[in-house]
Amino acid sequence: MAPAKPGDAAFANVDHVNAELFTLTYGAMVRQLLTDFEDVEEVNKQLDTMGYNIGIRLIDDFLSKANVTRCSEFRETADVIAKIGFKMFLGVTATVSNWNADFTECSLVLDDNPLVDFVELPETCQGLYYCNVLCGVIRGALEMVSMRTEVKWARDMLRGDDAYELRLKLIEHVAEEYPYKDDD
Amino acid sequence: MRAGSREVAESCLDGITMEMVATYCDRLHSSKPDLAARRIEAIGFQVGQQLAERYTRDRPRFTDHLEVIKFICKDFWAEVFKKQIDNLKTNHRGVFVLQDTRFRWLTRISVDSPLTPSEANNTTLAAAQAGGKYLYFPCGLIRGALTNLGVPCAVSAEIAALPACSFIIRIKV
Repeated sequence: MAPAKPGDAAFANVDHVNAELFTLTYGAMVRQLLTDFEDVEEVNKQLDTMGYNIGIRLIDDFLSKANVTRCSEFRETADVIAKIGFKMFLGVTATVSNWNADFTECSLVLDDNPLVDFVELPETCQGLYYCNVLCGVIRGALEMVSMRTEVKWARDMLRGDDAYELRLKLIEHVAEEYPYKDDD
Repeated sequence: MRAGSREVAESCLDGITMEMVATYCDRLHSSKPDLAARRIEAIGFQVGQQLAERYTRDRPRFTDHLEVIKFICKDFWAEVFKKQIDNLKTNHRGVFVLQDTRFRWLTRISVDSPLTPSEANNTTLAAAQAGGKYLYFPCGLIRGALTNLGVPCAVSAEIAALPACSFIIRIKV
């Protein structure tokens, strides 16, 4: 039986691990970073950088396995991230909403978030964007397909909000530079 | 849905572990490899403790050290790496060597192949250096799990030929 949604097919197409292992590993790493830096702003920055480095590699995995075609406009890109990207890697989907007038900025509201299972933030970590790695992943992945973006958390349930909402903003399409250099 | 039954793509976990190594070994402490190793090992230790707690929830208490080590080789390894440890050796005096002939986080590492026989030794060394930093985390995982199950120990790792490696457990008495 064919899966009903393209995201399901993409998720079925990759190898899986128990989410618990992933969630605990991520959590232990954030905790170690907090111990080492003692400054939540710096940890936010580190998580974003790590995400970026993961994103620039994950995009290849995505393009080779997700079976998607070129997005004709940014609106379509956001939909692909929400319905196929999130599903393929984290097994969850997001809802795209809140577009601005010229369709360069939107919100991705996560329907569920495996990163935060078992997580509670103590008082001392109030400024932390625990899931900041996701911002970096999206930014890194989109940069590899010629889009410069800004990705930030708008709402975060660990900080007392009622949802996990990412704000995704297209800054510019970057023209690919020809000719490619063969060496270096 | 119980949290434990959920799954994510393997590339997510691989991405995090690779980037954790890059962050600590290359960006934060590139001039202090020992410090980077300790930090990553500490992360593994924490995760190992938590996983051991979860994976043993529904089983009877272990009766001796060997039983705990066997649990690490089979059930624990299978949960984390989707295969079992291939070979277990012991000197019967508190040292156990766990060999994984195809350790997942070493399977995608490559080093230049040797041009001459004299270079072959260097290649082995290069392989050990390139792969070694990916073993701090699993060393911590093992030590965390064993400590949680009442077996205080020290854990180190060796790479002979990629992607095989051995974890050496020394039980503290």
